[in-house]
Amino acid sequence: MTQSTKDKTPTASSVQGPAGPSTEVDPAQIIRPKSLTAGNRLPKWFMPAVLAGAAVLGAAISSAIGFTITLWLILTAILYVIGVYTITRIKVGPRKATDMLWRNLVYIAFVLALIPLVSVIYSVSVVGFQGLTNPGFLTSEFVDADGRRMRSSVDQGTEAGEHGVMGGIAHALVGSLAITLTATIISVPIGLLTSIYLVEYARGGPLSRGITFFVDVMTGIPSIVAGLFGAAAMVFFLGIGNSLGLPMPSQSRMGLTAAVALCVLMIPVVVRTTEEMLRVVPNELREASYALGVRKWRTILKVVIPTAISGIAAGVTLAVARVIGETAPILITAGMTEFINWNMVSGWMATLPVFIYEQFTRPTDPNFSDPSHQRAWGAALVLIMIVMTLNLIARLVAHFFAPKKTGR
Amino acid sequence: MSKNITAKNLNVYYGDFLAVEGINVEIAKKSVTAFIGPSGCGKTTFLRTLNRMHEVLPGARVEGQLFLDDDDIYGPGVDPVTVRAMVGMVFQRPNPFPTMSIRENVLAGYKLNGARLSRSQADDVVEGALRGANLWNEVKDRLDKPGSGLSGGQQQRLCIARTVAVKPDVILMDEPCSALDPISTLAIEDLIAELKQEYTIVIVTHNMQQAARVSEKTAFFNIAGTGKPGKMIEYDDTSVIFNNPSNEQTERYVSGKFG
Ligand SMILES: Nc1ncnc2c1ncn2[C@@H]1O[C@H](COP(=O)(O)OP(=O)(O)O)[C@@H](O)[C@H]1O
Ligand SMILES: [Mg+2]
Repeated sequence: MTQSTKDKTPTASSVQGPAGPSTEVDPAQIIRPKSLTAGNRLPKWFMPAVLAGAAVLGAAISSAIGFTITLWLILTAILYVIGVYTITRIKVGPRKATDMLWRNLVYIAFVLALIPLVSVIYSVSVVGFQGLTNPGFLTSEFVDADGRRMRSSVDQGTEAGEHGVMGGIAHALVGSLAITLTATIISVPIGLLTSIYLVEYARGGPLSRGITFFVDVMTGIPSIVAGLFGAAAMVFFLGIGNSLGLPMPSQSRMGLTAAVALCVLMIPVVVRTTEEMLRVVPNELREASYALGVRKWRTILKVVIPTAISGIAAGVTLAVARVIGETAPILITAGMTEFINWNMVSGWMATLPVFIYEQFTRPTDPNFSDPSHQRAWGAALVLIMIVMTLNLIARLVAHFFAPKKTGR
Repeated sequence: MSKNITAKNLNVYYGDFLAVEGINVEIAKKSVTAFIGPSGCGKTTFLRTLNRMHEVLPGARVEGQLFLDDDDIYGPGVDPVTVRAMVGMVFQRPNPFPTMSIRENVLAGYKLNGARLSRSQADDVVEGALRGANLWNEVKDRLDKPGSGLSGGQQQRLCIARTVAVKPDVILMDEPCSALDPISTLAIEDLIAELKQEYTIVIVTHNMQQAARVSEKTAFFNIAGTGKPGKMIEYDDTSVIFNNPSNEQTERYVSGKFG
């Protein structure tokens, strides 16, 4: 304030600043701040604090409009993003504020992506757990206490409080595992050999381009079409076998037909994933093996595949997880039954997805669907657990077979 | 065992591209021969024709004759895999097999070929090869640890041990020290000096002192321009190449005036 008298009347120089060399800013300073830490710091509690504030404010606003959880969460998210942005912009600077804005948007996108996953697992677990705890749910077939086929009268008994929910899923569990296992046993060699051909032997010729094209097409085949194909193919093969006088199954509706249908869905996934995995094996390793006088097939078998095995296992598991939940192709190829059938080439076979479908759409007792729904959700939970176990196994395989990196 | 190498009018192609033209050379057994020359002049390409590794690449082919002692390795009916068992190769970047332990890496030539060695035979091979590669003392206590856990120089010596273990007649080395520190480089150079008692060694190097230190004969390769084939300009005793070359291009290259 002591200088105020001097500056009372603005002159040209006081408005524009001193003329001469001092106005020339070093261009480097535009992009490089003088201090390393200048304007980069916000306390650690900053973001949680803003979040808490946004939550409180959001609760207040939403209860003014009419409180629902969804509204509250949405308001909180919006207030939080705006709050962090504004405060950072004022306190630190626009660059940091933009950074914070995008960072928060990414966080929110992540949470949004998690919501379906978490809510599926949560709701299936909550609803399905009760079905799972019914006595004999995993061990008995779809029968009443005396081992006779399930009827609506059994569920009526449950309604009357005479006994708990009856009927298990052992038959569907066995069918699902048997069909999926058979499909895996057929698909993995075919898929693996195809990808080995594509990566190791094909040199970009018409055959390899054709295979790649058809694998891509196969990836997009609707599963019901795969089912129809499986059924038709089996009828065709049985016809040929019969005309040659070979002993053939009398009916085309059986577990094996379903497995063949699932192969159509599985093979492209196996080919695609293992192809990727084989391609990332460094060429140096193949050449190192050749240079030792090792033949190509041995190199592939003992160097390339072991190096890629963890990825291959993960790919196969993905493929299995993809088909184990298929309903439509199995419904039209293996049908449905109430009893355990271990025989892949004779008789209808139950599977978990088809069981769920049947129980949900056609409850055993149309007037009292609770027991059926309970069984359906229980079976759904079992199905999810199988898929999760498969993922876990794939991770373990990947972990134990992965090339050893440490040990220095 | 060790063999002479003789190339006669060798042309090397990548598809239609003639990468190396008209090589004529005689490499004596139990000697070290160095290939020098600017990048892209075809040293690696020619080296890889010596064990028929070149044709692994799609479209790559070779014209001319290449004799191991008296056998033309490009003659009709020759199995390239047998050639590679006789002519071992060490690569520019160390490439031990990541899925294998040190011990398994040394035995890779046997294991991958499905040969069954008794425990004591295998132990002998491992110890002999690792001693031969001057690596035994450093790794003898951790033979079952992964080979990729070693330092770069040790990995390269492991790769040499792996090559020596199958007892080839010739060992090819493509810039084996270019990824290594000076100490490891020295260790490998000492090793080369020992290995030449038993093997014919051909080494590509960008390091002229190295060529001068380890080799008896030196071949200078050059290329007239991009897209032109590389040629062997001069091949003579190392001392002649470095002190008294007859070709002007060689003179300019070894005196550091270009390249
Ligand atoms: N895989 C390949 N395909 C096509 N051309 C190649 C390939 N490898 C090398 N070349 C060409 O061959 C010539 C010689 O290369 P190279 O033998 O690697 O040279 P150097 O090892 O002497 O540096 C170069 O022109 C290079 O571009
Ligand atoms: Mg090279």
